[in-house]
Amino acid sequence: MVQKQFKVTAETGIHARPATMLVQAASKFDSEIHLEYKEKKVNLKSIMGVMSLGVGQGADITIIAEGGDEQDALNSLEETLKKEGLAE
Amino acid sequence: MSFLNGIAASSGIAIAKAYRLVEPDLSFDRKTVENAEQEVERFQSALAESKGELEVIRDNAHKELGADKAAIFDAHLLVLSDPELISPIEDKIKTDKVNAESALKETADMFITMFEQMDNEYMKERAADIRDVTKRVLSHLLGVQIANPSLIAEEVIIIAEDLTPSDTAQLNRQFVKGFTTDIGGRTSHSAIMARSMEIPAVVGTKESTKQIKNGDLVIVDGLKGLVHINPTPEAIAEYKEEHRKFEDQKAEWAKLVNEKSVTADGYHVELAANIGTPKDLKGVVENGGEGIGLYRTEFLYMGRDQLPTEEEQFESYKAVLEGMGGKPVVVRTLDIGGDKELPYLNLPKEMNPFLGFRAIRLCLEEQDMFRTQLRALLRASTYGNLKIMFPMIATLDEFRQGKAILEEEKQKLMSEGSEVADNIEIGIMVEIPSTAVMAEQFAKEVDFFSVGTNDLIQYTMAADRMNERVSYLYQPYNPAILRLVKMVIDAAHKEGKWAGMCGEMAGDETAIPLLMGLGLDEFSMSATSILKARSQISRLNKKDMEALAEKALHMNTAEDVVKAVKEVAKL
Repeated sequence: MVQKQFKVTAETGIHARPATMLVQAASKFDSEIHLEYKEKKVNLKSIMGVMSLGVGQGADITIIAEGGDEQDALNSLEETLKKEGLAE
Repeated sequence: MSFLNGIAASSGIAIAKAYRLVEPDLSFDRKTVENAEQEVERFQSALAESKGELEVIRDNAHKELGADKAAIFDAHLLVLSDPELISPIEDKIKTDKVNAESALKETADMFITMFEQMDNEYMKERAADIRDVTKRVLSHLLGVQIANPSLIAEEVIIIAEDLTPSDTAQLNRQFVKGFTTDIGGRTSHSAIMARSMEIPAVVGTKESTKQIKNGDLVIVDGLKGLVHINPTPEAIAEYKEEHRKFEDQKAEWAKLVNEKSVTADGYHVELAANIGTPKDLKGVVENGGEGIGLYRTEFLYMGRDQLPTEEEQFESYKAVLEGMGGKPVVVRTLDIGGDKELPYLNLPKEMNPFLGFRAIRLCLEEQDMFRTQLRALLRASTYGNLKIMFPMIATLDEFRQGKAILEEEKQKLMSEGSEVADNIEIGIMVEIPSTAVMAEQFAKEVDFFSVGTNDLIQYTMAADRMNERVSYLYQPYNPAILRLVKMVIDAAHKEGKWAGMCGEMAGDETAIPLLMGLGLDEFSMSATSILKARSQISRLNKKDMEALAEKALHMNTAEDVVKAVKEVAKL
């Protein structure tokens, strides 16, 4: 299992477009991937799960991946977050 | 064959098959199934068909409306692949042995309720997304066709109860030949859209969706306000002839495209166009518009889930200014509220939205949003002849506040090194009677007036223009309205300013002689009305119209005025 913490910098938080991009990125991997925010943990391959968290600007989030391609998955998600200016 | 009577909302004749844009019947019974495996398969194939449809819709939206509008369909696609939604449905089919329809509906409803109960308005709206995709899958399970306006690929006439801005945004202009609706009037959104798309429309037929089935052959007669359903071959032939005559007439008017708008006695006025998006520019140029008298910026803000950025707005304003090649472009700042809502602003519902927190009132409060728009406009100002207009001004103080904010943003931009044109005229819409009455005071401070007649009439007559039962009070020719218009024009001229009109009345053949007589400088209308108006004006005599207008101001009723215009202007 690998995990990493990020701080959300996007003004809109993780809504709509950002959520779509994260879920699309996560869905490419076989590992189980979860997003944790305020002690709530959701499946990062679930758009409804991610949106239901209501992650706003400034939030601390943790991404947890577990499975054969866990490190690749985490790296790829980190890249998406940074490239889109969503979190650091 | 049968026919319906309605209101002629956009002229011309269209003959094509009907395409119903109505809510489908998606009712079903909860049933137990013998073979759960087979039922899961049935569900999966409905899912696959829905995804296929959504992919096409997304790609179309991407092409027609841009990446931003297409993103919503990406989200819809993800909902259909969401393991947290799909697995529980499949489990439910297997363990409860229920039909896929019930399993889908019950599971989706759980999520819809969850999102609806969140205290964040944005989250609440996600419930609508889930409802939307659920409907699509259900329709495939039930074998019911749901309307997919963006997938239309043959010539059709749209049949709807009413058309909302987001409905019309999805329509493919290439294939939609006309439309007819159950409700609405000449100034409703659907009517305005039809005129800007230059397609015939008949609105307010009351029964279109009841009487017309998908695939029926329909004639929309936008000249007389008639809709024929499955017409006889004779009627079709007759209408083809009518259509030809109308096209001939249009060809005759088209000769005036590059002419100035001048009366028989040599008096020049400006005929400008009302537009909603840069896409409408083509029609303006083809119809010989001498400028844009009203660019409604609301459409930039509608049909999306967040505010447009400064950059997006800048691109649109620049496109319009450049497209008009130095001709005047009057841009109205955001006029939201009333019948135009923006869900993502989270504005509370009001009892009287037309009298409420809207347009400039909202912009002066939500200054960040207003400033973003003004900055985009100021930055675009160097690409053409920009004039900025504030909507719904009721007091001088509102105008001064708006102008001060504009000035602040201008200074900021200039100190940041941006170029801003230094001759931008700043004017106001005159829609509120108090402003018309105070026009002399306003004229000292504004650069121009543009009378918005749709609202000015509804506020002066105290008659909601969405309410059909008081529609008889919508009286553009009432001497009370003419007097207010005269006050505005006279006040402008006294200060050496100009006065225009951008409401429906400006393109109306009965109103034009009167407005000409009152001295209106600029007439802004649907692009399609310009050439007809230019042709009419070339036959009028300014001096005669002045005498007519003077008499009309002292008449007792709107009927008297109409009668006098018909005699003098030979309508």
